[in-house]
Amino acid sequence: MALLQISEPDAAAIPRPQHRAVGIDLGTTNSLVATVRRGIAVALPDVEGRALLPSVVNYGASGATVGYPAVEALVSDPQNTIVSVKRLMGRGLADLADARRFPYRFTEGAGMVQLETRAGIRTPVEVSAEILRVLRLRAEASLGGALDGAVVTVPAYFDDAQRQATKDAARLAGLNVLRLLNEPTAAAIAYGLDNASEGIYAVFDLGGGTFDLSILKLSRGVFEVLATAGDTALGGDDFDHRIYCWALERSRIGPVSPADTRLLMMKAREAKENLTAHAATLFAGTLSTGERVDLALTAADFAAMTETLVGKTLAPVRRALRDAKLTPRDIDGVVMVGGATRMPQIQKAVGAFFGTPPLNNLDPDQVVGLGAAIQANVLAGNRAEGDDWLLLDVIPLSLGIETMGGLTEKIVPRNATIPIARAQEFTTFKDGQTAMAIHVVQGEREKVSDCRSLARFELRGIPPMVAGAARIRVQFQVDADGLLSVSAREQTMGVEAAVAVKPSYGLSDADIARMLEESQVHAAEDMEQRALTEGRVDAEMLIAATEQALASDADLLDAAERGGIESALAEVRRLAGANDRHALATATAALNRATEPFAARRMNRNVSRALTGRKVDTLTQG
Amino acid sequence: MRLRRELQRLIDFSQDYFALFGLAPRYRFDPEQLERAYRALQREIHPDRHAAGDEAQRRLAAQSSARVNEAYRALKDPVERAQYLLSLRGIDALAETNTALPVEFLERELERREAVADAEATGDAPRLDDLLRTVRADGSGLESRLAEELDRESWDAARDSVRELKFLAKVADDIETALAALES
Repeated sequence: MALLQISEPDAAAIPRPQHRAVGIDLGTTNSLVATVRRGIAVALPDVEGRALLPSVVNYGASGATVGYPAVEALVSDPQNTIVSVKRLMGRGLADLADARRFPYRFTEGAGMVQLETRAGIRTPVEVSAEILRVLRLRAEASLGGALDGAVVTVPAYFDDAQRQATKDAARLAGLNVLRLLNEPTAAAIAYGLDNASEGIYAVFDLGGGTFDLSILKLSRGVFEVLATAGDTALGGDDFDHRIYCWALERSRIGPVSPADTRLLMMKAREAKENLTAHAATLFAGTLSTGERVDLALTAADFAAMTETLVGKTLAPVRRALRDAKLTPRDIDGVVMVGGATRMPQIQKAVGAFFGTPPLNNLDPDQVVGLGAAIQANVLAGNRAEGDDWLLLDVIPLSLGIETMGGLTEKIVPRNATIPIARAQEFTTFKDGQTAMAIHVVQGEREKVSDCRSLARFELRGIPPMVAGAARIRVQFQVDADGLLSVSAREQTMGVEAAVAVKPSYGLSDADIARMLEESQVHAAEDMEQRALTEGRVDAEMLIAATEQALASDADLLDAAERGGIESALAEVRRLAGANDRHALATATAALNRATEPFAARRMNRNVSRALTGRKVDTLTQG
Repeated sequence: MRLRRELQRLIDFSQDYFALFGLAPRYRFDPEQLERAYRALQREIHPDRHAAGDEAQRRLAAQSSARVNEAYRALKDPVERAQYLLSLRGIDALAETNTALPVEFLERELERREAVADAEATGDAPRLDDLLRTVRADGSGLESRLAEELDRESWDAARDSVRELKFLAKVADDIETALAALES
C-alpha cells in the first residue's frame, strides 16, 4: 500500500499515550460505533455480537429503550417509538413536506420541531442523544474507560442548522466531538486507504433518509473534495413508502391506524430487501382490523414505481459534476455507500450514468463508521506512522446575508474548501442610521425567502453618518466542522462595534447545560471525575507533544527558554498524578504559555521545509 | 501576542498570494506546481494537523488554513487570478467607474441571454447544455487573449477582458442554475 508508506521525515519515535477515540455513524435507519484497534478500523458490536444499532427510540412506561428492544415496540406503540429522527434534525414543522407520513404528535418548538411522547416533549436532538448515549456506553465498555473523543458523521449536504443539531446531540450524550465529518468523505477515507487508490472518485451515498454525492480527488495521501451535492430528504425510506402506497391502493384499504401504517411500512421494507436478490416477493400481513393484505410484487414493478426516485438521485450527481467542471467520463470509480444502494435499480442507473460498474467492495452499512474511526484516531493524537494523510472538505451550500429587496448576497460560495474566512463590506442606506440588522442565510436561491434562515442579529453603535458613508464589514468564518460563525464591525472613524453570533437554530450552550442536568447524564461527582480525567488526558497529550518537540527541535530554543519549558513540564507531570484538577489546569495552561513561541517557530520551520520542496520530494517517492 | 507575530512571519499575511506558494507573480504558471505547494502548506497548517494542540495553536491553524484556501482559490481560477494580478498593480477591474463593455460584445451577449431565456421557458435542457458549452468555449478563447495581454503588460486591455470574462461567468452560472431548476 504505497499510500500508507508516506511518513513525516521528522516523525518521532517516542510512543504517545493511546487515546480512546471512536467514529460514530448516526444513521437514519441504523447507527454504528467503530474504533481503530492495532491499526485496523473495526465496528464495536453489542453483547450479542450485532454491529448495527437500529436508530429507534421507544419512550415506554418504564423509560427509554433504544435499538432492537425499541424495534419491537414499533407496531404496538407507534406514537412513542421514534424512527428516522435524523430527518427531523434542525427542521421546523414548515420544512417537513412529509410530516403527515410520520405517526408522531408534532409540536412547533424554538426553531425545531418537537415530539410529544409518553416521557414528555422531546426534541429530535434529545432523541438522537439517546441513540448516541447507547453507542458511547457500548464503546466505553469495549475500550475500558471514558472516551477521549468522537468523530460523528453527518450527510455532506446537511446545512448549518442540521450540523449544529447533530453536534448538540453528541454533546448531550456526553461525547467530546472532535469533528463532524461528512459521510461520503468518511467512506472515501476508508475506501482510499484500503485500496491505495489514486484518481477522481465519486461517492454515491444513499442512506435510509439522506442522499449525498461527493466527488473527491485522491492523490498522494490527500483526500480533496472537489464538489458535493445531495438531498437531505431522499433515501431508502422513500422507496419503502412507494411500496406502502402501492399496497394500500392495490388492496383497496382505506385510511389505516398509526399501528397498521407501521406494520405496512415494515412489510414494505422487507419486500424491498427481498427484491435485491429475487425477481418477485410476497407482501402479506393482517391488519389490526382483521383485514388481510395479500399481494405479490415483482422487481420490474418495483423498479417502475420508483423510477422518479431513482431519477431524483441523478440530479445532484449532474450538479456536483458541473460544479467540479467534470464529465461522467472523468470519474475513475464510483464508490457505493449506504444500504439503499443495494437496490438493483440504483446499481443499474449509476452504472449507466457513469458508464462503469459501481464499486461495491466495502460493506455499505459500515464503511462510513469505519472511516470516521480512522479520522477520530488521528484527531485524538494517535497518529501513527503511515497516517500522513490529509482531508480537505468543502461546504455544501452557499452562505450569505439578506440585502435590500429580500435578495441574498452570497459571501461564501458552495463547494469552497473549509476552513474559510470571508468578509464583505456593506453600508448604511439612511442618514444618521446607527444600527443595522444582519440576517444570515444559507442556500443557492436568489430570494431570501427561498433560503434557510440561520440567524439574525443587530449591529448597534454605528456612529451617525450620511447614508453610504459607514463601512460595515461582515465576516463569515466556517470551521473544519462546516459550522459558521459571523461577526460584523463598523470600520470608519475608528469606532469598533462588533458582535459574534452562532446560528441559533440549534441549542444554546445554556440549553445544553440545562438538558444535561435534567437528563442526569452525569451526577455531580461523575462530572468532577470526568473533569479530572479530561484534565489528565489534556496534560498527557501536552507532555507527549512537548517531549516530542524538544526531541526534534530543541535547537530552536535558547538555554533560558528551554529551562522555562522543562520546569513547567515537570510541574504538569507532577500534578497529572495528583487529584487536584484545578492545580493541574493551571500548570497545563502555564506549560501552554511557555511553549507558544516554540510551537510557532516549529511550525515556521516545517512550513519552510514544505515550501523548499523537501517534503514534496519525500512524498513523490510514496 | 507573540505566537501571532511568529505566525504572521511564517504565513506572512502581507505577502501576496503568489509568494505564499513560492510562485512568480505571472498569469501563466504550472498549475501542478501551485497544487503541490498548496498541499504541502495544508499538510503543515490544516486544523486536523493541530487537533491535539492547545487552543491558541488550533486557532492559528484554522486562520492560516483559511488564508491558504482563499489564496489557492484565487489563483486556481483563471479569471480570479487575472483580477488578482491587476489588483497587485492597483487596478480594480470591477470598479464601477469602468462599466463600459464593447458594443459588439454586448450585442452578442444580449442575443445569448435571449436564447437562454427561451430555452429556460420551454424547459429545453439539451439546448441549455449546448449554450453552456459555447459560453465556456468563448470563455477559454477569451482567456488565451487575456494571457497574452497580461504577458505584454497591456493592463487596460487585460482589465476589459477580465470584465468580459466575468460577464460570461455570470451567464454560465445562470445557465447552470436554470439547468439545476429543470432537473429538480
